[in-house]
Amino acid sequence: MSTDITLADIVVIAAAESFRGDGEIFASGMGTIPMLGARLARATFEPDLLVSDGEAFFVGNDLPLGGSDKVIEGWIPFRSVFDTVWSGRRHVMMGASQIDRFGNTNIANIGPWKQPKAQLLGVRGGPGNTISHATSFFIPKQSTKVFVEKVDMVSGLGYDRAAQLGDTVMRHHRLPRVITNLAVFDFETTTHTMRLLSVHPGVSVDDVVANTGFVLEIGSDVPISRAPNETELATLNRLDPRGLRHREVA
Amino acid sequence: MATDKRTTLDSAVATLESGMTLGIGGWGSRRKPMSLVRALLRTDIKDLTVVSYGGPDVGLLCAAGRVKKLIYGFVSLDSIALEPHFRSARQNATVAECVEYDEGMLQWALYAGSLRLPFLPTRAGLGSGVVDVNPSLKTVVSPYADAEELLAVPAIRLDAAFVHLNRSDIRGNAQFLGPDLYFDDLFLGACEPGRRFLSCEKIVTTEQMLQEASFHTLRINRSMVDGVIESPNGAHFTLCTPDYERDEKFQAAYVKAAGDTTEWEAFQNRFLSGTEADYQNAVLQWRKETSS
Repeated sequence: MSTDITLADIVVIAAAESFRGDGEIFASGMGTIPMLGARLARATFEPDLLVSDGEAFFVGNDLPLGGSDKVIEGWIPFRSVFDTVWSGRRHVMMGASQIDRFGNTNIANIGPWKQPKAQLLGVRGGPGNTISHATSFFIPKQSTKVFVEKVDMVSGLGYDRAAQLGDTVMRHHRLPRVITNLAVFDFETTTHTMRLLSVHPGVSVDDVVANTGFVLEIGSDVPISRAPNETELATLNRLDPRGLRHREVA
Repeated sequence: MATDKRTTLDSAVATLESGMTLGIGGWGSRRKPMSLVRALLRTDIKDLTVVSYGGPDVGLLCAAGRVKKLIYGFVSLDSIALEPHFRSARQNATVAECVEYDEGMLQWALYAGSLRLPFLPTRAGLGSGVVDVNPSLKTVVSPYADAEELLAVPAIRLDAAFVHLNRSDIRGNAQFLGPDLYFDDLFLGACEPGRRFLSCEKIVTTEQMLQEASFHTLRINRSMVDGVIESPNGAHFTLCTPDYERDEKFQAAYVKAAGDTTEWEAFQNRFLSGTEADYQNAVLQWRKETSS
């Protein structure tokens, strides 16, 4: 790895890769790294994606983070967001405070829902997202507190819960990627349990296992997460001129 | 003679009673009818069921102990993710009953209410923690060949609704000038006639509304509104684009004060102990003191 490539660059590339092949849908990123991933994917290998300004508009140009010189190509107020969610024409990358091996996620609360030890965001749009369209996750600090055997509140459906709801739900439900500061994961196993897809440069498989609170599927040869090429890095620096991505992971 | 629906904040909230179900428009810390909420805090009304895509409206009502039941899609201050009073209300279980919905489910509940339907079907929520913690939610099976089982989101009907818009005429034809109506039309639609209150930045003539923006912004008509209140800066400290953006500094001060009993008491004394005019003056004074 070239010395001027950082962990944040690797993570944004992984985020962008999760949108590969999505075509003409709303690539929605919650937070700096997911948003950069969506914008980078569109600026490079997935040009038909729709990306938003995080407020109420689809932005047609390659807008840097925090930039205001936007070409508005569509209006997407919240009720149109919900319509798009339920239509399936969306892939969101969001956070998770807890995730289990089937991909059930929790952003809602820690401890019992009735009287939580810590009230977090609540379920927000997680139930509707996960049952309607592709949902990926970005987790800035992987640990056994986050990668848990059982989540305290299911704000996003994992594969086991989706399977119980029948064929239609299973057809729409998809968790393409989980990206952390250590590695990239998917659920492309026969049992739809989490699999280690690649480790970031300098991270060992043992590091990942030590920070996972459940049994991971691990192949015999785990590749290293790919670095951005020169074009991608130049584009990334243009999309994030102030380097906000470096504050997210270290 | 056409009906002039102009009223005052205090006359509006005086029509509410303890135990009622109140819907509050806006979204998070965006275009919230805060002056109506502040007026409500000046009354003795309590035991409310509050329905909201919540922000500081929910926070303030929880902190003042006015909420018996809370039905929410979320409660957040947007630029500050967690609403401090809501957080402590949940962690100390000071609100007797909470109903937590997926964001889209809450829209469906209000839409069903506004269409006088008993429920609307959706997949959103199925299989999630929402059904685990709301055991009264039922499903419905499609009567067609697919026979799919869907969640039947029960309609919400409101006794009172508060929304804050950018412009209105004296009859309640109102206009949003920002990027999003949010679900204000559904809050008004789901409410029984009589207590549908709309505050606005400015009351204008009907003709003036189309001079400012296109007809697409006229999403609230007078059949949906019982009372109109001109309340400049009425959404403060939440945003009311394009009239003003969120007062981030004040919001941060609110959050800081909420974290400490003594500081919160001082905040209440300074900002929430008088009339709306007192509040606005206190904010101006605070701005002067903190701008140096």
